[in-house]
Amino acid sequence: MSLMRIKAIAGKEWIQIRRDRLSLAMAFLLPVMLLIIYAYAITFDVNNILMAVYDQDKSSKSRELIAAFTESGYFTGVADAASYKEIDRYIDSEKAWVALVIPFDFSKRLRTGKPVSVQVILDGSNSNTAMIAQGYVAAVAERFNRRQSKGTARPVIDLQSRVWYNPELKSRNYVIPGLIALIMSVIVSVLTSLTIAREWDRGTMEQLIATPVRPVELVIGKLIPYILIGFADTVLCVFVSSVLLGVPLRGSIVLLFFASLIFLVGGLSFGVLVSTGTGNQLLASQVGMLTSFLPSFLLSGFIFSISNMPVPLRVITYAVPARYFVSILKGVSLKGIGLRYLAPEMALLSLYAAVAFFLACKKIRKRIE
Amino acid sequence: MFERWKYLTIKEFIQTFRERRRRNLLILAPLIQLFLFGYVATLDVDNVPTALLDLDKSQESREFARRLEACGYFTITRWPSSAGELGQYLDRGDVLAAIQIDRGFSKDIKKGSPAPLQLLMDGTDSNSAQIAMGHIAEIVRRLSRDLSAQPSLRKGADWSAQPSLRKGADFRTRVWYNPDLRSRNFFLPGVIALIILLTCLMTTSMAIVREREVGTMEQLMVTPIRPAELVLAKMFPSAVIGVGQMALVTAAGVFWFHVPIKGALSFLFVCTGVYLLPVLGIGLFISTISRTQQQAMMASFFFFQPTVLLSGFATPIENMPLAFQYVTYLSPLRYFLVIVRGIFLKGVGLEVLWPQVLALLVLGAAIIFLSAVRFKKRLE
Repeated sequence: MSLMRIKAIAGKEWIQIRRDRLSLAMAFLLPVMLLIIYAYAITFDVNNILMAVYDQDKSSKSRELIAAFTESGYFTGVADAASYKEIDRYIDSEKAWVALVIPFDFSKRLRTGKPVSVQVILDGSNSNTAMIAQGYVAAVAERFNRRQSKGTARPVIDLQSRVWYNPELKSRNYVIPGLIALIMSVIVSVLTSLTIAREWDRGTMEQLIATPVRPVELVIGKLIPYILIGFADTVLCVFVSSVLLGVPLRGSIVLLFFASLIFLVGGLSFGVLVSTGTGNQLLASQVGMLTSFLPSFLLSGFIFSISNMPVPLRVITYAVPARYFVSILKGVSLKGIGLRYLAPEMALLSLYAAVAFFLACKKIRKRIE
Repeated sequence: MFERWKYLTIKEFIQTFRERRRRNLLILAPLIQLFLFGYVATLDVDNVPTALLDLDKSQESREFARRLEACGYFTITRWPSSAGELGQYLDRGDVLAAIQIDRGFSKDIKKGSPAPLQLLMDGTDSNSAQIAMGHIAEIVRRLSRDLSAQPSLRKGADWSAQPSLRKGADFRTRVWYNPDLRSRNFFLPGVIALIILLTCLMTTSMAIVREREVGTMEQLMVTPIRPAELVLAKMFPSAVIGVGQMALVTAAGVFWFHVPIKGALSFLFVCTGVYLLPVLGIGLFISTISRTQQQAMMASFFFFQPTVLLSGFATPIENMPLAFQYVTYLSPLRYFLVIVRGIFLKGVGLEVLWPQVLALLVLGAAIIFLSAVRFKKRLE
């Protein structure tokens, strides 16, 4: 292995990257754009539930019930419906997710202590929102009933809930740390899956082969500039998320950067492997998307929790490096835990990087010869 | 003109489908995406790993544990013996919920004073945490009710069979369109829209840029082919792929995942055709700003992400800040999602969905027009 040859390859690659202003700009704009969109637009918090009310009673009690909903802060845009048909229309056109039907004898029955039922209709097509809305409806109902019984009912069991790590249950704190793994995967798969394929496409691979450069040197040389870009992206992401977006970073930043570096080496090596294997850019880009972006998005526990997956998929997640990286990112940022708990993840991440690097070198050697 | 366009289209088809690996990928990629989304993309909360520290070891505390497991949302995986151990499990991520029942739990219940039940939730996954906490609150509510209904009830009675004594109004919830609240029914129709978008963006933009990068664009330009014919010929295979993948994914979704499709299938095809207009238009636009395939791919991704994120694919638009809500009007996916979900889950047709169809037509016409102008300029 010669340092000089590695330097030469890295230098050549660097020049090529630098000339491609558009790609370089996108490599830095993409993370910022994703962070901002995810931070502001992707929220699983449900607090503007559109509601329609069909109030047949129109009494002070029924208005009190409606007020109980609006005062909770979760239900907004209460629309008046005058018939069941109108409720249909509201829900069909997504102008209401929840509909409340208050029967005409609501206040009378309530006064006389007879059982009375209020109908709640939920649009279940967005199951998650519906599930959370259902919880809010139950809470409002509970409060309304307690107020009706003038607080005489004492709870038998007093549930004291505390939430750790993310006490306000802000979905931003959940999404953003893991997002860094996703961004890295995108950058890595988009950038490197094409780097070798491009040489084949343009016919410059033969020229490279004709030089005395060895496969290992070629891989390292190709990786260095991308590692630099990827690492700069990591620093950028961490800066934006913790300084601008206020996402907590409770653990060691050094550990975070170190893990990112290992993840980058693994991901980039894998990209080189794909790029060598496919040998043309369109195919390489699609395979790269399918094998790095998609698993990182879906099988890493970034948004969808792994414990919910069926067993075969749960087994597959162990082969997804982003899984370990996401655990590390979330553990370090939110829980503030260190190597004591995260050592297995670090070890597996390193193992993956080593294997990917080794395979990339081997594959290139085979293709060259 | 039709003759030239025909031959060019044939050439494009040959080029697109020539390679075996690529052909396989065109079928495999959407299926892989569908299966991953189908099995993974669930925000349903079940099997929450839970640790239970029961210091009371009374009939009441055991009843709570039994109900916790019986409801199906929680699995008690750890039985720690101290509060410190409980915290460790949370730290390590072994469990997401940790419950502690202190000594005196059953005594408090019998005395009639509120018996404390401590719940520690890992809030890292805010969404699951919120839903899981709702489930636990419901269990506690029911248990409280049953215990207060029959406080003297002691020996081996069946708790759950007790009649409820409730005051006030009874809220009866009904869920429309997706009664089991399966998030798969919510996500899978959206995945169709997603797959079409991703494939069509990349194939259109890269197909055009490829000619430029490989240098065959000059050869095409010296032939009498007009730009419009070239663009149409380039778009045609992408459109065919888009519709084909839609059919494939719909079939797999309906037959494998049993996603209900209540509306008209023919209407779905028509709407897919309309949806392809803005998508292909964006693909064409990307080809005008990229010189290399790498750039085209990055740019595709650059457009793909906000289009998906700002469309209501996973999270409702109404929850976004107002500024972002306005941006969503530019995303063709926003309209198409309403259409596919309407067709699949609600079974509605043009009478409800016409604003979305119209919006797609207008958006598509505008994008194609702008891109075509840019494309022509770049050729000259």
